[in-house]
Amino acid sequence: MGVEQILFYVFGAILVFAAGMVITVRNPVFAALFLVLAFFTSAALWILLEAEFLAITLVLVYVGAVMVLFLFVVMMLDINLAPLQEGFTRYLPVGIVVAGIIVAEIYFAVNAEHFGLQAVAEPVRHAADYSNTRELGRVIYTAYAYPFEIASAILLVAIVAAIALTLRAKRQSKYIQPEKQVIVRRKDRVRIVKMPPEREEPGTS
Amino acid sequence: MANSQVPNFFLALPEMWLLLAGCLVLVIDAFGRGKDRNTAYLLSQLTLAVAAVITVAMATDIRIFAFNDSYVSDMMGTVLKTFIYLVTAVVFIYSRDYLRERGLYQGEFFVLALFAVLGMMIMVSAHSFLTIYLGLELLSLSLYAMVALKRDDSDATEAAMKYFVLGALASGMLLYGMSIIYGVTGTLDVGQVAQRLASASEANNLVLAFAVVFVIVGLAFKLGAVPFHMWIPDVYHGAPTPVTLFVGTAPKIAAFAMIMRLLVEGLGDLHAHWRDILIVLSVLSMGIGNIVAIAQTNLKRMLAYSTISHVGFLLLGILSGTENGYASSMFYTLVYAVMGAGGFGMILMLSRSGFEADKIEDFKGLNDRSPWYAFMMLILMFSMAGVPPTLGFYAKLSVIQSLVDVGLVWLAVLAVVFSIIGAFYYLRMVKLMYFDKPVETAPLRANLDLRAVISVNALSVLALGLYPSALMNLCIVALTQP
Repeated sequence: MGVEQILFYVFGAILVFAAGMVITVRNPVFAALFLVLAFFTSAALWILLEAEFLAITLVLVYVGAVMVLFLFVVMMLDINLAPLQEGFTRYLPVGIVVAGIIVAEIYFAVNAEHFGLQAVAEPVRHAADYSNTRELGRVIYTAYAYPFEIASAILLVAIVAAIALTLRAKRQSKYIQPEKQVIVRRKDRVRIVKMPPEREEPGTS
Repeated sequence: MANSQVPNFFLALPEMWLLLAGCLVLVIDAFGRGKDRNTAYLLSQLTLAVAAVITVAMATDIRIFAFNDSYVSDMMGTVLKTFIYLVTAVVFIYSRDYLRERGLYQGEFFVLALFAVLGMMIMVSAHSFLTIYLGLELLSLSLYAMVALKRDDSDATEAAMKYFVLGALASGMLLYGMSIIYGVTGTLDVGQVAQRLASASEANNLVLAFAVVFVIVGLAFKLGAVPFHMWIPDVYHGAPTPVTLFVGTAPKIAAFAMIMRLLVEGLGDLHAHWRDILIVLSVLSMGIGNIVAIAQTNLKRMLAYSTISHVGFLLLGILSGTENGYASSMFYTLVYAVMGAGGFGMILMLSRSGFEADKIEDFKGLNDRSPWYAFMMLILMFSMAGVPPTLGFYAKLSVIQSLVDVGLVWLAVLAVVFSIIGAFYYLRMVKLMYFDKPVETAPLRANLDLRAVISVNALSVLALGLYPSALMNLCIVALTQP
């Protein structure tokens, strides 16, 4: 077993453990942190596959930006997860049985017999000066120009949808407009009304 | 380098036009802040009309590929895209009053719908697993947002949430299946996948069957075939009616295209594998769809279950695995989109501010209130039930014909039995309209354009039913193209 294989199994084990913890821990902040760990280890696996650019993007974009935002949201919203996790132990046995069957089926189909070195040739190893970034850039702007443009349209729709679903036309809070505040005169706010006394003075009757 | 040449952008002109026009509508609507949203509406209709002109003008007799074979321009694509524009334009006309009365008449509705149309066009013309998936995501993302557009309504948000979670799960399944196929064949291109499968070794059969299962689960989720149908009634019921109308019509056409590209063109060699799965899905869909629809009191829910049963029928044509079967399935999809638009359009026509008209009782005694529109609804219901001489009858007939041709007589008989069960709840609507006393007595007060289009919609179902060969020939020509 080479160093690479040992590394793969170590990172693989951490990834599976972290992914499992994401859905089982009670505290949502811990879940988010385990997700960070899962992203980090999968980035390490991608580096083993010589996909450095993707690995670094994963760390920078997901770990660095998305997950930090996610943590902010989780902390600010203060979601009470107790009702969400109520059914967890009740559905756990069924879930384990179903998941077990699917894992077994996947194992029978996707195993070394069909995807091992006998079935699929080992990928070519590239020299140290091989630029993963340049290769990706070249195919994205040529062979994959069309899917790349569609992806940008999907992001645009995501922005439109997010704004359409959250932007409120009227402001909910009352606030003071200073320019109107300074030109206010007494007569705008106070109206003095002359009126006869409602009640007789005590002692006059 | 073979792949560094400039791609043939011109071929994707309809898609590029729609993307550009969608962005323009977005910007114009955002800056033209007024009470009136008619600009967005009119520009959206114009966009669809121009797209239709471009698509038809660019129609070719031969299949042309672009963007490294990830885009294909063919007759099937042209026909399906034209119908998508048509149905979407009709949806816009039907929706206008409803949206205006409920404060939903926003530019976002039209922009999201246009982007959904773009997603459908991409799916229809996709010739690579990657583009199919991206088109599907563009469509789904727009639809999730549209369902949730009435954001203060708890039913709508719940529906959107269910749709989103189940849709994401289905996408995951589909992607997993695609990734296994990529693992076996080493390509994402539909044509090359088909070539490599033809020469694939026996040893890979198990893996491929496994991948096909995941792909079909993903497709069935998106189509709403039983047992992956749970989201359909809730989404149809919870979403604002115009969105239900949109979700229930045009995307079915795109879903048909997706099945054709993925299963028939790409995985055609595995027909023996996917045929049996589709048989199970279609029998369950027809059965559960038709039987559960009987118990519904909400018309939107009833039409949702009716959709499920129609999806079962649609799958019947595809599983027969012949050119005729595919053509009849395409015919069925187009007919369903037209009928569905009419059915939901009637709900929109009867509704007014504060009154949804989505209960079955709301149609009681429609004949007393408006004999003409009761007759229109009668045509639509007869067509959905498959009563001759309406279009729905020929759609069902041609699908069953294609089943008999390949010797699946038992399945054909089962389809007929389920149609007869289904006829019950369509005819119950007719009974309510003609033989019951009206609960609502307010006169109909829909706009002229809505009334005119809904009449044309229903009458076309009748007229095309009297002369179905025109549309049928179009489908056959589209699918037998070299």
